[in-house]
This record gives sequence, structure tokens and C-alpha cells, in this order.
Amino acid sequence: MTPTRERCQARTRKGERCRNPAGPGGLCALHRRQLEEAAAADSAKPAPPRRRRPAPSPPVDTLQPRPRAGGAPGGRAAAPTPAGGAPEREGSPPGEQEGGAVHTPPAAPSEGDATGGHAPRDEGEPDLGPLGPVVDWAEEALEFLARRLLGEYEVDEFGHDPDLVEHVLAPLLRPLYRHWWRVETSGLEHVPASGPALVVGNHAGTLPFDALMVALALLDEHPAHRSLRMLAADLAFDLPIVAPLARKSGNTLACAEDATRLLEAGELVGVWPEGYKGLGKPYRERYQLQRFGRGGFVEVALRTGAPIVPVAVVGSEEIYPMVANLRRLARLLGFPYFPVTPTFPALGPLGAIPLPSKWLIEFCPPIQTAQLGPDAVLDPMVLFDLTDQVRDTIQQTVHKNLLARRGLFG
Amino acid sequence: MGRRVLVTGAARTTGRRLVGALAEAPEVERVVAVDDFEPREPFPGKVEHLAVDLRSPALVRAVQSAGIDTCVHLGVTAEPRAAGGRVTMKERNVLGTMQLLAAAYHAPDLSRLVLKSTTAVYGAAAGDPAVWTESMSHDTPRHGFGKDAIEVEDYVRSFRRRRPDVAVTVLRLANQVGPTVDNPLTRYFELPVCPTVLGFDPRLQFLHEEDTAEVLLRTILGPAPTGTFNVAGDGVVLLSQAIRIAGKPPLPIPEPLVNRVAELVGRTVDFSPEQVRFLQYGRVADTSAAAEQLGFIPKWSSRHAFEDFAATRLRKLVTEEQVTRAEHEALTVLRRAAGWIAREVPR
Repeated sequence: MTPTRERCQARTRKGERCRNPAGPGGLCALHRRQLEEAAAADSAKPAPPRRRRPAPSPPVDTLQPRPRAGGAPGGRAAAPTPAGGAPEREGSPPGEQEGGAVHTPPAAPSEGDATGGHAPRDEGEPDLGPLGPVVDWAEEALEFLARRLLGEYEVDEFGHDPDLVEHVLAPLLRPLYRHWWRVETSGLEHVPASGPALVVGNHAGTLPFDALMVALALLDEHPAHRSLRMLAADLAFDLPIVAPLARKSGNTLACAEDATRLLEAGELVGVWPEGYKGLGKPYRERYQLQRFGRGGFVEVALRTGAPIVPVAVVGSEEIYPMVANLRRLARLLGFPYFPVTPTFPALGPLGAIPLPSKWLIEFCPPIQTAQLGPDAVLDPMVLFDLTDQVRDTIQQTVHKNLLARRGLFG
Repeated sequence: MGRRVLVTGAARTTGRRLVGALAEAPEVERVVAVDDFEPREPFPGKVEHLAVDLRSPALVRAVQSAGIDTCVHLGVTAEPRAAGGRVTMKERNVLGTMQLLAAAYHAPDLSRLVLKSTTAVYGAAAGDPAVWTESMSHDTPRHGFGKDAIEVEDYVRSFRRRRPDVAVTVLRLANQVGPTVDNPLTRYFELPVCPTVLGFDPRLQFLHEEDTAEVLLRTILGPAPTGTFNVAGDGVVLLSQAIRIAGKPPLPIPEPLVNRVAELVGRTVDFSPEQVRFLQYGRVADTSAAAEQLGFIPKWSSRHAFEDFAATRLRKLVTEEQVTRAEHEALTVLRRAAGWIAREVPR
């Protein structure tokens, strides 16, 4: 199941490992082509270098922070993203193992590379000044586009597409995280840097933005840039447009089989046991945690011995204050609820803009389950106790942070 | 004494390839190839071709008289058109299997039965687990090939109860691709445009036809493992990705209209409700059991299998060169523009 393909041996012009799957010669299609172009150009004429870009000499260029996905992609690439059924890894197809015995050494493409990333600037080309980063950005965007057009990317068995998350989905959510809700995240040290863990949080706000923000917090701010693999309701996989995005961003169906599989593969799994009960609760019940399902998440944690990390989100309750629920209409449309907020549906699409409440996300100390052993699953009391313990931890942290927050929009 | 193997559905691509390999295997003494039509490429000399329908009594005689020790059932087809309509297809699939198993029940020398099944038995739905293992309970597909395959598997399972001395292996194969294989999905990718269900992008697994033959051969000639095994290439390919690799433009169609539009695009391709669900939700099967118990790891990953299929069979409309060139040109223009701005606009 594990994608056993070799990765491309080249480096991108930013010096990161290229994420594309390698073809013959250990290079991906793009880099192979660039290499060929460079070779052709070299043999034909001495000069005309293809992709030229000013060397990153002007300090303006290099120092400018780039509001891009590349926060620290190096770390993310190192994270065990291509998870899955690890057992059969040794069986990578014989034809694919040439990666090691590549004729072009891995370093070669990045140096003499046609990418020209670090090639000396030729005299005719002007210094782009402040436009440098823009060109860089466009270059990366074009590369991404070409990759998508050629299908040169990889997804795991759940459909997780880190390339798309890094270049499209995360950049779309980041402004919400940083500027709209001004999320402050604490307790990240409680989330393990590697290996399995079950992140359990409160769920509110009509649309599952809280889950997305927790995931983005872990991706951007956790030192190991972990991908949170969330468990979602089956509605998410049945709606057009939403369904593939849900899978590509790393989510999967909330069922014991999927959760177990992810944890066994060493992934960080996110679960929101309140489900629709939490998401679709009226504003007057804000910050009162709903029942935690049947505690299925505890069972999965016990079976796999994964620690449970409770996470408390403050702020999501106010983004769409739900004053009423049109149950009949919801039933007609097949939705679990149909919210009425002060602005929706009264203002139409404008009403879908969430309120800019102030958010606090706090990860709590992990609750270990390994010492209880997998047999503890058989004891309902253990399950109830653990479920309550997790729920209480979250509820208390929510209350604490509510008091700490200076005001709704503070 | 060598092995005596009977293969049903032997004249189709998979069957033909397997029969050829069996005929070359030194431990095989006799190969009986059953199919009611001639293969495109004639069978090798060693093979006895029994040109009968699975439902005919001649089959019973053949199974019993030839001292067959291994029965390989490839005769379950996913091709309503080739079989002469859905009703005939079902009859051939289900009744043919019943006949074959009835004959096998009375075959004294039979010690091994191999059934080629399909991962289509898992169906395709939004509420499915992401990865199917053999033991997970699944909803029964209510239509088409998947339903036939489930019924066939049921018959085979009850056969196993009645003949415990026979090692029964069921191989659930993922969608097969390769230079010669022909099935509804390969024809789908051969369309000039690939109709997809708007807003859905299923995960697919592919199995290269060489690996199909290899896993069958190994199950027939290797140690007899009893049980059910998923067989698929490593990794997962999204439909959108497959269409890109195939170099075709996708044609997203809202779900309610899929059938009507698909009719216009091509009548050779299967757009049954079952297939449309497959194009919405896809499915992925866990192959670790096959790796551990059969010792079989496909040579081709899903992606490589599909790339090989695309390279040998498809005419790409969008090629790598075009995309790279376009990227390069766009970048050149951009850089020139940026250079011009930097030069002309005073800071």
C-alpha cells in the first residue's frame, strides 16, 4: 500500500528535496527535462542559459519574509508522510530501485541544473529588485501547475496530497488563522514530534473551521510540522467538491478501521467526538461540551496504545452564532442542521463570512493509554472513565481560556 | 506425475497469457483451456482447447475424466457487451460457476481451486472505510459485475465447506491495466475525453497484467494457500491524476447527468450505476495479506502500471513537452516583464 516509489533525486531551486516521484534515471519528469535542455543548450551554444534568475544577492530578496507555504517544508518533507501499511515496504519493485545507481549523482542536477536556481546571473539581465520575490513565487506556482497538469504528485492510500495542501489549501487558510481569527496556540510541546497520537478536541461553529485551524496550527507551528489526519463524518465524503478536498487534505472517514490504520502507521489523528451535536448547537449553549459519542476514540487509542492529546479551542463558537436551526429545511436538504445566524441567511452569501472572534487553541498534556494494554478495551468502565477524563480536561481548559481571553474580539 | 490444470475463460487476455505460461511450466503435464471462442493468438500445442460454454455438460465430463487436479476459474466476466447483454452475462457468470463447481465437486483428483474475483465486491460508497481488508464486512453491491462476483464467491465458499480437501484460493484483483488487457476501465481511458463526476476524485488502484498472470501462476504452482486475498499494485492513483498521466482532458459532469452525457461520449464504455459510483468514491484494498501469505508483491506499482498502460496504449493529447515548454515560456515572459519594470520604473 505504501507508495514505494523513489523520489526525484534533484533539488528544487530552493534547495529542498524535489517531491515528485522519480522516473527513469532517478529524476522526475520536470527535472529530467530540464537536465536534457541544459545538456542540449550546453552542447549547442555556449551561452544561452534557459531558466535564469538573478542570484539571491540583493539582501532585499532574501530577507523578505515570504507569506508562502514554505514555512519549513524541509522539516515537513522529513516527517513520515508517506505512511500506510508499512510492512511491505521492503518489496519495492525491482525496476524502481535504480534510484541508488543513478548515473547522474543527486547533487548534479541542482548545480549545473537548467533550473538555474543558483546559476550565476548573466550580465544582461537586470536586477529585479523588489520584484524578485514575485518572480520566485510565480516560478514556484508555475512549477506546481505543471506538476498538477502532468499528474506528477503522489497521494497516500487515504488520498492525502501534501503537495496540494502545501501549495493551495494551507495558503488559503493561513490568512484566516493569522489575521482574521488571530489564533494563539499553546501547548504544542504536548504533541509528539513523531509517532502516533490521538488529538481530541471540542467542536463548534456550524462549519468545522476549528478542526481546520487545529490542523493548520500543527502544520505551521509544531516543530515537526505534523499533518493532522482528521476523522470526518461521511457527509464530508458524499458532497461534491468537498469530498475530494476532504481526502486530499488528509482526512478520512470516522470509523474504527481507518483510525486504527492511521495510528498504526504512526500518524497524528484528530477526532471531534461531539460531531454534529457540537457543530450544530445553538449559540446560547456555547462552550458547553456535548456528549462524547460512545467513546469509540478511546477504544481505538487503547487498541493501538496511542496517547490521547486533548485540545481546547476557544473562539470557534462565535464565528457563526446560531440562533435557530431550521430542522425541516435541513432534513429536506439532507444536512444535519440548517443554521440561522444574525447574518445568515438574511444577508445571503455575505452572511457566510465568519465573525472575526479571537481564538485560543491549547493542547493539553497527553493522557497515556499504552500502560493499560489493549485488553482494557473489554472493560467498559475504563472506556467511560477515559472518555470523561478527556472531556473534563477539554471543558476545564476551555473555561480557563475563556477567562483568559480579554474579550470576544480581543 | 505432473499437474493437470483446467482454466476457464482461457481465450481472453488474462487467460491466454496464463495458459501460455502454464504450458511452459515443466511441472504441468496437461492444460485444458475452456472457452467458447478462439483466442486471438492460438494456444500452444500442449494445450487442449475445449470450446464449450461453461454451462454445457461437456465441461462436467472434461473436469471428471481428465484427472484434473487444479481448477482455475477466470470465466467471470465484467463485460455485458461481449457476453451478449447483462442478462446473459449474469447467467454465464453465476450459472457457469455453479456448473463448474458441480463438476468439480465430483472430481476425485481435484486438490486446488483458484477463483479470479475482483475488488469490485467491496462496492464503492461515501461511507466506506478508506482501505479494505479481506475480512471487513461490506455492503453487497446491488448491480453488475460486483454483484455477480459476490454471488460467485458465495458459491465458491460453500464449495469449500463441502470439499474441505480442496485448497480454495480467491484472488480479488484490482482494476487491470497493461499493454494488451481490454476491460471497461481501459476503454474509459481510451476515450478522447474522460467523463468524470463533477466534484469527485476517487482513489484507484491498478494491477499490471503481468502481475495478474504472475499471481495466478504462483497460486496455481506454489504452495496451496487457502483464503481470500486482495491483489493490487502498490500505492494509489487519483482519477484526476490518472487522466493527467493519460494526457486526456477531463470532462466533469454533474452526477444526475452522467449517464446521458456519457452515452454521447462513447457507447463502448460502461457507465452503469455501479461504475458511476466507482468514479465517485473509488476504492482501495489492503494487499498485506497477499504479501505475507502468498508471498506476492506486485512488480508494478499502481502508478507504474498505469504509466505503462498509458505509454503503450494511449495517444496523449497533453504531453510532457507541451506542459514544460508552456511553463518555460510563461516564465520567460514573466521574467522579461519583471526585468522591464525593474529597469523602466524608477524606484
